[in-house]
Amino acid sequence: MSTPYNVAQVRSDFPILSRQINGRRLAYLDSGASTQRPRAVIDAVDYYETQLHSNVHRGVHTLSQLATDAFEAARERVRRYINATSTREIIFVRGTTEAINLIAQVWGGVTLQAGDEIIVSALEHHANLVPWQMACAARGATLRIAPIDADGQLQLDQFLAMLGPRTRMVAMTHVSNVMGSVLPVQAICAAARERGIATLIDGAQAVAHETVDVRALGCDFYAFSSHKLYGPTGIGVLYGREALLEALPPWQGGGDMIRTVSYQSATWNDLPYKFEAGTPHISGAIGLAAAMDYVESLGLKAIAAHEHALLQRATAALLQVPGITLQGTAADKGAVLSFTLAGVHPHDLGTILDHEGVAIRAGHHCAMPLMDLLGVPATARATFGCYNDNEDVDQLVRAVVRAREVFG
Amino acid sequence: MELNELYREVILDHNRHPRNFGRLDPADALANGHNPLCGDKLTVTLRMDGDAISDLKFDGNGCAISVASASMMSEAVKGRPRAEVDALFDRVHALLTQADAPSDATLFRSDGIGKLAALSGVREFPARVKCASLCWHTLNAALANLQGAAPSPISTE
Repeated sequence: MSTPYNVAQVRSDFPILSRQINGRRLAYLDSGASTQRPRAVIDAVDYYETQLHSNVHRGVHTLSQLATDAFEAARERVRRYINATSTREIIFVRGTTEAINLIAQVWGGVTLQAGDEIIVSALEHHANLVPWQMACAARGATLRIAPIDADGQLQLDQFLAMLGPRTRMVAMTHVSNVMGSVLPVQAICAAARERGIATLIDGAQAVAHETVDVRALGCDFYAFSSHKLYGPTGIGVLYGREALLEALPPWQGGGDMIRTVSYQSATWNDLPYKFEAGTPHISGAIGLAAAMDYVESLGLKAIAAHEHALLQRATAALLQVPGITLQGTAADKGAVLSFTLAGVHPHDLGTILDHEGVAIRAGHHCAMPLMDLLGVPATARATFGCYNDNEDVDQLVRAVVRAREVFG
Repeated sequence: MELNELYREVILDHNRHPRNFGRLDPADALANGHNPLCGDKLTVTLRMDGDAISDLKFDGNGCAISVASASMMSEAVKGRPRAEVDALFDRVHALLTQADAPSDATLFRSDGIGKLAALSGVREFPARVKCASLCWHTLNAALANLQGAAPSPISTE
């Protein structure tokens, strides 16, 4: 029997939530862009900076060993969080964007031939679209877009029909950052694997909201960012199946990724270091590990249930406001609520909401082609995290009503 | 910093009923403006009579600040020679960005274009300055196109 979710306790773990914005209580509803940090993460980074810091994998002195141990413990923490087989499959990168670029360039460089095809969905963030455009352009391959339905869910049958003899990669988001749709990743990956097609899942919007088990999902690559998981910015993770990573050449050259170097040539280090040239973001990895501890202490199922209740409350209340249109009504939806208000541009809505202490994202959400598809220039987007409460939702709805008043 | 200093009645009115909305065809010059941050897009078309802007229209999609700014600009520059338009651009730019710029309408009243002073509230909302200035940058690009420069989209980012 688990204890009820204590959101007041959770809120007290996040120092920033007690500050005011424009003289109002802060209702932070932009966790989809970046989550806030709990005290546990701030303290873990602080402890590292004040007690452990040195470079990793380099020295014989005590601090170097302590820093290396903490950094590698963080890697093991990440492995457990996503249930990877080995820490050799956990590559630290700057974030989701860098993880996808790494695969698009390195995997694409050795795999793609003219006439090959890569499939992404119509929902993709620019980070899971533009790297593939670049890889296709470099290799003469074709990028194909799997369609979505009016609710924002992938049209699975149409996607399956697109898989062909030239399809080399399926790269899709796990949860849409605009419409909230949770894609049927298991089915997508199973269909691809049956046909010998590689898969990459953009997990940026998923890892803080549901249990991610890369082996159960059956993906070849999985990418996510720490700062959308209550951890520091500037660090993220590329997961790759060991056999695939092993077969790839390195990405960037430099320190740490080599075994031996002569003036003319070099040999490569083992996984995961082969893909980690240069001094990594050590404190970031340690902060990310602390964030994972924190999230698991709350329980991902409990967080998901809490966020789902907030989403339902906000959806029901916003639909009572005349002129509201929801963008994204898939049956299986994450903690994302995109909407437009007739007669009020999302950018104006964002300013008015900010004035009321409500932080949302207004814009194209790094998904310009999806905006075109939806026929809107932009949307307003509220996204929920473990610390949001009913008052945040009510403050949002009151501010939207206020925006209607301002625009008469 | 109050909302009604940003969303003044004249701005809301120009947003609801933009003046000179549409496209001139044929036009002597055309330029496209884009604010990638919020997705605002607008197109300015104009006709010249000698050195003066004889007609100007704009269309596109944007927030209230960008639509109202473009609408008020279209009224303000019509019939004006290039030199006056350039001077106006400088004054609007100052109005939008300089904390000590005169915010009352007297600055503009002598020109008979007092409405533009309604944009003075924008400078209290730094994230919105580009919304208000997009149309002016696009107008400048259109005027530059007149001189045979290669037309290129104007971005405020």
